[in-house]
Amino acid sequence: MRGAQVSRTLAGAAPWLAVLLALAILPRLLPDWLGFLLTVAFAKALVVLGVAVLLRSNLVSFGHGLYFAAGAYTVGFAAKWLHLREAVLLIFGAVVVSGALAALLGLFLARYRGIFFGMLTLAFSMILYSLLLRLYWLTGGTDGMVTAPPTILGVVPGAAAGRAHYYLTLVCLALALALTRRWLGSPLGYLASAIRDNEIRVEYMGASVRQGIYRTYLLSGVLGGLGGCLVAFSVGHIAPEFSYWTQSGDFVFVTVLGGYASVFAPVMGSVVFELVRNYAYALSPYTWQMSLGAILLLIVLFLPRGLWSLLAPRAPVSSPWTSSSRR
Amino acid sequence: MDVVLEAVGLAKSFGAVKAADDLSVRISSGQIVGIVGPNGSGKTTFLNLVTGYLSPARGQIYYLGKEITGLHPRQVTRLGVARSFQVPQLYTSLTVLENMLVALVIRSGRQGDCWRALRTRARLAEARRLLEKFGFGDESGQVVRTLPEGGRKLLDVALSFALGPRLLLLDEPTSGVSAAEKFRVMDTLIGVIRESGVTSVFVEHDMDVVQRYAERVLVFSEGRIIADDPPGALFADPIVRRYILGEE
Repeated sequence: MRGAQVSRTLAGAAPWLAVLLALAILPRLLPDWLGFLLTVAFAKALVVLGVAVLLRSNLVSFGHGLYFAAGAYTVGFAAKWLHLREAVLLIFGAVVVSGALAALLGLFLARYRGIFFGMLTLAFSMILYSLLLRLYWLTGGTDGMVTAPPTILGVVPGAAAGRAHYYLTLVCLALALALTRRWLGSPLGYLASAIRDNEIRVEYMGASVRQGIYRTYLLSGVLGGLGGCLVAFSVGHIAPEFSYWTQSGDFVFVTVLGGYASVFAPVMGSVVFELVRNYAYALSPYTWQMSLGAILLLIVLFLPRGLWSLLAPRAPVSSPWTSSSRR
Repeated sequence: MDVVLEAVGLAKSFGAVKAADDLSVRISSGQIVGIVGPNGSGKTTFLNLVTGYLSPARGQIYYLGKEITGLHPRQVTRLGVARSFQVPQLYTSLTVLENMLVALVIRSGRQGDCWRALRTRARLAEARRLLEKFGFGDESGQVVRTLPEGGRKLLDVALSFALGPRLLLLDEPTSGVSAAEKFRVMDTLIGVIRESGVTSVFVEHDMDVVQRYAERVLVFSEGRIIADDPPGALFADPIVRRYILGEE
């Protein structure tokens, strides 16, 4: 019985392990610039995943740049003031800082829904943007901060930094996807779906909607901070624009682009977005935003469930984030 | 017999409309009570007052001897009062089984668990057992938004029942259900209620349903209870027949 269960689990995990293996080989086959682009796309996919997790409770965050910036600036501040360069510690710090920030703001935001929630998240991100801009002595203002490449478990990557960042980001992404997937199949994950469908029923069952949203927001913020931290590692420069509303808008854009029928959809959306933006900019530097707009329009019209629906057109409607079968 | 629910001098108005006017009632353990009355007579308001959705302007509500006046619906539910709704309140994008699993996990107080799976073997077995009681077999894998109205009504009550309440309040359990389905729905509901011994109060417009299933009937009018009798006696009264059934 147990053996059969293990076999089923392995069979279910096999395709994803194959994808992971392919992604692990990829940097050896791709030019460096494309490897870098993928690294950034994977890191940003974590923030998009955070936005998508909130969407499970029908909440759209227009301010996830806040956590993206918080994670990135944690790296900057830790390097500048604490002389910390170890990636594992910096990741831990970014997760703690973004989690603490989400824990604080979530107390307030969990009371709001719809456009009010969206606008308040936007307002908080713009407050941080203002602070990052004004506190020049601390943040470097519009110049931002340069972050030196971190050591990874004490090893200085040196010339192989790009590839090291790719693998570090890939490992973090894989872990985050696995944990988020587990979370979505948990009681709290299902509670988020229940809240999206019917808050009245949740309250009349004796559960707190606010608590459910608060905890979802916490996860979402942590994912955002982790993404920001990893981008800071690979780009090596952070700026107040990380918290600017257009950055938050990009995350929402990518969520719609990829869809949220699977935890893997944000990754797909993020990779496609970075590629399209890169090529659109190269082909038409002054009108690349128009290309992106046209693509979004086509997606909304013809693939309302995002690009992921091309891969999984019949994904179950009921529990879209988990592959648990209807037993 | 223990008194499960007692309302004393409840008052609630919406503008000039008196939805509860010095309303007092005691409901004993195990009773199945039907509430009838014209639209606006305060039937649903009474349920809303008991479950904490509304607070009375005056009066007190006691559940098992403990005052629950003005408590939040969540607190009232946690004490053992569950309700269903005139328009079924369900998680429409989830399956029937998932709806029940969410109800069971909330009952256990583990809805904040973000690590263990919702679908444990024990929880699945319990969910299936409860769904079978309410007549759900093959439909348990069906997404709720695709269920017929009768199925939704049953599931709405099943979710409340899953909480293991001592008092179950049902708001028009057959409204929107076809004539062919209504007795099947009520047979199932009342069968489960009788078997479990849960005290229940149901608001209903359909007098056939009330006569057939209620043990005691409260007639509401302008926020007051104007009659309180077993259905046999109540519907034999020509005044009540004229007033409630519209007979000449």
